[in-house]
Amino acid sequence: MDELIFFVNRGLIGGLVIGSIYALGAVGVTLIFGILRFAHFAHGDVMTAAAFATLVLVGLLSGLGIDVGLPLAIVLLPVVFVLTALFTIGLDRAFYKPLRARGARPVVLVMASIGVTLMLQGLIRIVFGTGNYDLLGGERKVIYRIPTGFRDIVLSQPQALLIILTALSVICLHLFLTRSRLGKAMRAVSDNPDLARVTGISLDTVVNATWVIGGGLAAIAGVMLALDVNLQPDLAYNILLPIFAATILGGIGQPYGAVAGGYVVGFSETLAVFNWSVLLRPFAGVLPFDLPANLSVVPNEYRLAVPFVILIIVLIYRPTGIFKGRVF
Amino acid sequence: MSLISLTDVHAGYGGMNILNGVEFSLDAGQIGVIVGPNGAGKSTMLKSMFGFLNVTQGRIEFDGHDITNVKPEALSRLGMAFVPQEHNVFRTLSVQENLEMGAYVRRDDWSGLLARVYDIFPPLKEKRNQPAGELSGGQRQMVAVGRALMIEPKLILLDEPTAGLSPMYMSQIFDRILAINATGVTVAMVEQNAKQALGIAHKGYVLASGRNRYTDTGEALLADPEVAKSFLGG
Repeated sequence: MDELIFFVNRGLIGGLVIGSIYALGAVGVTLIFGILRFAHFAHGDVMTAAAFATLVLVGLLSGLGIDVGLPLAIVLLPVVFVLTALFTIGLDRAFYKPLRARGARPVVLVMASIGVTLMLQGLIRIVFGTGNYDLLGGERKVIYRIPTGFRDIVLSQPQALLIILTALSVICLHLFLTRSRLGKAMRAVSDNPDLARVTGISLDTVVNATWVIGGGLAAIAGVMLALDVNLQPDLAYNILLPIFAATILGGIGQPYGAVAGGYVVGFSETLAVFNWSVLLRPFAGVLPFDLPANLSVVPNEYRLAVPFVILIIVLIYRPTGIFKGRVF
Repeated sequence: MSLISLTDVHAGYGGMNILNGVEFSLDAGQIGVIVGPNGAGKSTMLKSMFGFLNVTQGRIEFDGHDITNVKPEALSRLGMAFVPQEHNVFRTLSVQENLEMGAYVRRDDWSGLLARVYDIFPPLKEKRNQPAGELSGGQRQMVAVGRALMIEPKLILLDEPTAGLSPMYMSQIFDRILAINATGVTVAMVEQNAKQALGIAHKGYVLASGRNRYTDTGEALLADPEVAKSFLGG
């Protein structure tokens, strides 16, 4: 039983946590792809920027003695959500919109977003250096222990909140896309931009809504990731590959696909590096071979290879992804 | 005064002009039909009315407004609707959502209008929650026309509304166009099925090489042996 709880702690919760981060990132990438027709490579650094913005705000406000029982970084999340949404709209105005207005091809926009990535990384390093930061501002991370009669199920407060916030975000996004006038207009533009023009849908409004959702969800992912691990300048750049793998696996332009893809990639990665010999240990006596100390599919240092393999397999065998997205 | 008029319009997609000085006008309540051989500029003329082309010379007026080179997204607010020939529904949106998108620019209560569109096209009511991409060609055409009706347009532009449809659907669509026109909506359409279309036209335009060749009432064009010989297949 202890072994099973160990699996729940490492495998299930680990997969849920990283899957949630990927899902939040991939939803933004897939929406931007659907509406603006380009792969937004700077999405990871938008996450990192949001986490650093939180760091600054926490630093400014920690002296005020606000105490509501939650870390300040989480209390500030709505503020950072809005700031990041405005920031991405600003990025669009400054770098992507002028290119669209000149009729640039999508690949030009992809290149521009790589430029934005390098720029953001440079700016963050100029201001904050290359070190590690703690978003909790010195407070101790709250750890929940759920007794089971055997080993405890262990879950940190940011992890629990991340899972809840992701679920809430997906529900809100679903309601927005299927119930609201603007949400339906977003799906219409993603489906057929020329016909959307004919019906009088304002592309500017839809584009801004896309950045608000994409940027806002990236902010949640960035802050929660920084709370789970440590805040450093390449926080989210490192997870850009799994996010793109999740996007393509889910089907480009398909928000529900992106969520599913995020969790599939997250769980595959976590289960691939999971030490399966722990689960097999109770059966050590009946197994026909000696149980090695570490039995994982992929060593932990190579976990990034898992989304890479998924990405390649999807591109070869099912380029439309799970939910039948676009193929380019 | 005419509801829509094109005066000496020269237009293209940025390169060479496809329309070389065309004239077109319809009074409110009329049906105008544009026919002509392939490459004559029929669809191009319709698209130029809806702001998809770059007009280099001439003038387009609609309902007292100069709409020369006005962008498509602004025209639905003026009461002009366009049904493209292809890709004219949002495939992943449900039938009802397609119709709602037609009413996107309206801020008033249009639920009565939705019911009326379902009355005009009964099959759509049954399939209102189905994605439009799963419908048959004829039903998709109904969605497209229904979507255009949701702004209660003064003028509706139809680009080959019966292209690729079976004869049964074809006459159904023509019937509906007559019914829509009977409610006071002006109709401008391009048609391959020239004889049938000219039969319901108040005004007919025969185009060739981006210019007007014959302009008359639909009836007179059908009776003209010249037109019949060169453009209507005898």
